[in-house]
Amino acid sequence: MGEVAFGSGGCAPRTPAGVLTGGGCAAYGKMAKDAIEFARAIGLVPTEVLGRPIELVYYDARTEPAEAALGATRLIEVEKVVAILGTMCSGPFLGAAEIVQKAGVPMLGITTTSPLTTKVGEYCFRACFVDDDQGVVAAWLGYEVLGARTAVIVVDVVQPYCVGLARFFERAFTALGGKVLAELAVRTGDVDYTAQLTEIARLNPDVIYCPNYYTEAALMIRQARDLGLKQPVLGGDGYDAPELLEIGGPAVEGTVFTTFFHEDAVVTPIGLKFYAEYRKAFGRSPSSMEAMAVDAYLLMVDAIARAGVADPKAIQKALSVADLEVVTGRTIMDPVTRNPAKDFVFLEAREGQFALRLVLGAGEAKALKAKIGL
Amino acid sequence: MAPYVQQLFNGLTLGSLYALLAIGYTMVYGILRFINFAHGEIFMFAGYWALLWFAVLKFPWWAAAVLAVAITGLMGVIIERLAYRPLRHAPRISVFITAMGVSILLGNTIIVLPDWWAGGRQKPFPTPPAIMTRIFQLGDVRIQGVTIWVPLIAIACLLGLLLLIYRTKVGRAMRAIATDLEITALMGANINRIISYTFLVGSLLAAVAGILWGCRYPRLQWDLGLLPGLRSFTAAVVGGIGNITGAMLGGFLIGLGEIAVVAFLPHLSGLRDAFIFAILILFLLVRPTGLLGKPLKEKV
Repeated sequence: MGEVAFGSGGCAPRTPAGVLTGGGCAAYGKMAKDAIEFARAIGLVPTEVLGRPIELVYYDARTEPAEAALGATRLIEVEKVVAILGTMCSGPFLGAAEIVQKAGVPMLGITTTSPLTTKVGEYCFRACFVDDDQGVVAAWLGYEVLGARTAVIVVDVVQPYCVGLARFFERAFTALGGKVLAELAVRTGDVDYTAQLTEIARLNPDVIYCPNYYTEAALMIRQARDLGLKQPVLGGDGYDAPELLEIGGPAVEGTVFTTFFHEDAVVTPIGLKFYAEYRKAFGRSPSSMEAMAVDAYLLMVDAIARAGVADPKAIQKALSVADLEVVTGRTIMDPVTRNPAKDFVFLEAREGQFALRLVLGAGEAKALKAKIGL
Repeated sequence: MAPYVQQLFNGLTLGSLYALLAIGYTMVYGILRFINFAHGEIFMFAGYWALLWFAVLKFPWWAAAVLAVAITGLMGVIIERLAYRPLRHAPRISVFITAMGVSILLGNTIIVLPDWWAGGRQKPFPTPPAIMTRIFQLGDVRIQGVTIWVPLIAIACLLGLLLLIYRTKVGRAMRAIATDLEITALMGANINRIISYTFLVGSLLAAVAGILWGCRYPRLQWDLGLLPGLRSFTAAVVGGIGNITGAMLGGFLIGLGEIAVVAFLPHLSGLRDAFIFAILILFLLVRPTGLLGKPLKEKV
């Protein structure tokens, strides 16, 4: 199971949309697919547009750029989709970006936060915030809220997403007056972090920023506690999966990360309805990835409706001026950068659950960036 | 000083896990002259078997672990029976490619298994008894229980294996097969049975490594066997492929080397794997027989 792509079709009586999911971060793709299917089944989101049913075609991109490229090609050439939803992760999105750009089919990344993704061209969009800002607000939280003055960064050097976040955190933390003592590298697939952690113990920073995926972070934090490290660990939206709690156990208590959504921060009517219905159906709260997948679906369907025709070019135009109340809040697309302005939700692992720590509005984040000159 | 002592223990734990896995690789190679590339996946499967017995069927931890080891051993025998035995007289490259196929098949089997047991998402490994996870503190150095147990178990496995190979009838037959399969068959030994034993022992070793690995790194994932498999294979080559004591030595060297790269050159920590595989290439170029291996005489 991997990333999802969502395709949406040509002049045929159907409107297929592709969804790219899955892979190393299998949890994300699975969550996205299940959430979209659930929202459609309960009638929370439209299942027809322009008087025709929306047909979704899923493709597992296995969190691999090459696989995502293959998936995008297949969705466009064989399935004749008019739009693509996905992927979840930035790496695979970049793999597919050139292909959708050349074919002129809009692709809306669901949680692809790397700034590089939308820079490929006007057909590349995202439904989430950008890592430039995510790194800055994490640095703000570390410096202002947790009162840290020194930090060590642990970064997964094979993930563009992680490397980007580390860069922006470092810049912002330094600009705020803090000091980054060291940046240590790990790689996707590593399981032993004791060497890096022993080095961190020697440096003794106030906070550890580890903007990697839950797949590696949970084990790392466990080993950190086993080695006696007591510093809080800060992360990014890559932590937002139940696996962080299941694998991390009590060790991840107090870990704080930036993400898109929490049940206690829902403001829009559709968000409240999604939360209530989801809770009723599954007995637990939806995660950010699930909320974001539904948002991406809503944004795309709204763009197709406003375009008036199921034509990729018209959809691209409509999507670049999107302004819609979705599950995670109001989302206004910037027509030039194709990055929407979004609020930042900080979650903390508390008693085996993700609890809301605080919310930093999109406007406040912008002001913060201006203040420290970034 | 304390950080270096800590790093030494970090390296020893990792190294002994590699050693345990490398012994399995090298044993099958020593007897059959064939790298079992599915070894890493068999190792991975042991963790999932333990999860099935422990989390799903609610067995006590020790029973789940023992059952998992036994089933994994059996799995190795079945794989040999179905995938390798029909190729006994095929060119070595066919067996090699089949082994890769088995490895991919086993990995993907985990992905399609139902969610309550396996699946594509990660699963937590059953929490081991306190004796494994307890932390011992000596000054500033912190050692996990596993750190003490793993090298002891690895050495016990090594001794047991040496005993099996040099002191039993089955072991003698294994050594005979290593020298010449056809002649051994002509002498009346049941080749298929001996080879089944070889795979049984190899898979049992992989399973023990898999369980201990889970105690130390409590996360199960379908491709869990890939990287440890490659690194242990490297350890087996460095130690002298086919030589069991060498594999043990190689495992410790690779584990300690990996930690040392990060400990002494923290800013190059991203190149950890590059160092390991550079060692592999270096050995293959300069000393292909490894530390303890004997040069292989080509049979005419």
